[in-house]
Amino acid sequence: MAHGKGNSNEKIVFVGDSRIRKPHPDKPAPPDYTAFPGKSEAFIPNFLLKEWMAGVVVLVGFLTLTIAEPAPLGYPANPLNGAFIPMPDWYFLFIYQLLKYPYTSENYIVLGTIGIPAIMFGALFLAPFLDTGKERRFYRRPIASALMFVTLIASVYLTWVSWHHYTKELEANGTIPEHIEREMKSEEQIAEGKGRFIYGKEKVPALVAPEDEAFSVTMKAQCIACHGTELQGQVGPMLAGIGDTLNHDQIKEIVTNGKDGMPAFKGTLSDEEIDKVATWLAKQKAATE
Amino acid sequence: MFKGMYNWIDERLDVTPMWRDIADHEVPEHVNPAHHFSAFVYCFGGLTFFITVIQILSGMFLTMYYVPDIINAYYSVDYLQHQVAFGVIVRGMHHWGASLVIVMMFLHTLRVFFTGSYKAPREMNWVVGMLIFFVMLGLGFTGYLLPWDNKAYFATKVGMEIAGSVPWIGGYIKELLAGGTIVGAQTLTRFFAIHVFFLPGVLLTLLAAHFFMIRKQGISGPL
Repeated sequence: MAHGKGNSNEKIVFVGDSRIRKPHPDKPAPPDYTAFPGKSEAFIPNFLLKEWMAGVVVLVGFLTLTIAEPAPLGYPANPLNGAFIPMPDWYFLFIYQLLKYPYTSENYIVLGTIGIPAIMFGALFLAPFLDTGKERRFYRRPIASALMFVTLIASVYLTWVSWHHYTKELEANGTIPEHIEREMKSEEQIAEGKGRFIYGKEKVPALVAPEDEAFSVTMKAQCIACHGTELQGQVGPMLAGIGDTLNHDQIKEIVTNGKDGMPAFKGTLSDEEIDKVATWLAKQKAATE
Repeated sequence: MFKGMYNWIDERLDVTPMWRDIADHEVPEHVNPAHHFSAFVYCFGGLTFFITVIQILSGMFLTMYYVPDIINAYYSVDYLQHQVAFGVIVRGMHHWGASLVIVMMFLHTLRVFFTGSYKAPREMNWVVGMLIFFVMLGLGFTGYLLPWDNKAYFATKVGMEIAGSVPWIGGYIKELLAGGTIVGAQTLTRFFAIHVFFLPGVLLTLLAAHFFMIRKQGISGPL
């Protein structure tokens, strides 16, 4: 073939740039780096081995993180869950936060979703056509570098503020993120010997005396929208078997004054009704086998 | 024996020039971390590709168990994470790798920016790089929905509302992405298809263009 003269079995003898062809007067000659001082070397395997050293450092860190911190998983999506605090992945937080300021939301939302991002990403996209000077060192192109530094600081700041708000909001609502709560529940249940906790696949204890008016009238009107038609839990927690963990007074207190996301039923139901509901719920004990 | 096999193939296909193009080209000293430690900043691009390969491989294994359906998606992820051997590692790599690839790509972009490597004649490669950046963000956005837990669902809902706020065409974009008027069963299958077929296809094409241009133009010279 075109390579090798036939008298040698060794075909890979060429080290250098394969694209060095006959120089063409109109086309730029591909660089072979002979103009640069120092030691250049072949890409594979010489250089790639050096780069692999950097790769190993990253890989060890990556695998350590993977083993130390399992990927989070919350509870199955429930579109009716009104209390959930939405949270995008961390690298979208800067734009998520940007949309919370007065001139980038409500009437000015277009400025936030299109205006500012279009300018920023547009400038980044077209950077080579905006910054056309010959100078490459960053301190010799103060405008481009300064703009990039300001954008970086702004993005970091927005991301930080967004995360800060999120943690404050969790604290204020007394909410534990679902993926953490799920882990805790799982550990609890495994410790109790019940096996791993899988949301929506819990054993729902049968209701005790479902024909009671407290359930068939009052609760069917007020409670099942959140706690499920069989009180198996939906947005609110499962109430079947609640008598095992809470007594009459505790239940009455929760129904009267509300808890977490649950509204107070003080005005909605009469004292007598609440008392009947609490009495009935306190009777809900999981059947012992 | 290997030399004999190589020569047998080479006589028929003339692979030596290809080998030269892929492997046997010079890499200059100023990007080599063995010669200048600070040159590790030139490794970020290669590391981005390395993590991308990990993402593709781990993603391929995830699809063996994942079911893109609103009833089963969550439970298939739960099963994958807790019952399948090494499932927790594979999903963990895909989850954390998604963040890492963004970090690496970000660092690579900054390196190219601050060394002024995007300047003539490399403008086109910068533009392709930015397209890769957007595709990666798209992969992050679509992948976030797939476990179908509350975090995934409500983040996507917010994303849809943001898309919907675009003047005139916002409603169409929203409906196109969601496959209907709500984030639901159609959205999940749609995002799954976009995440595993459409965007990776675009990504590989763009990466090929990115690498081709690097080989054609070479690495930018020392500062």
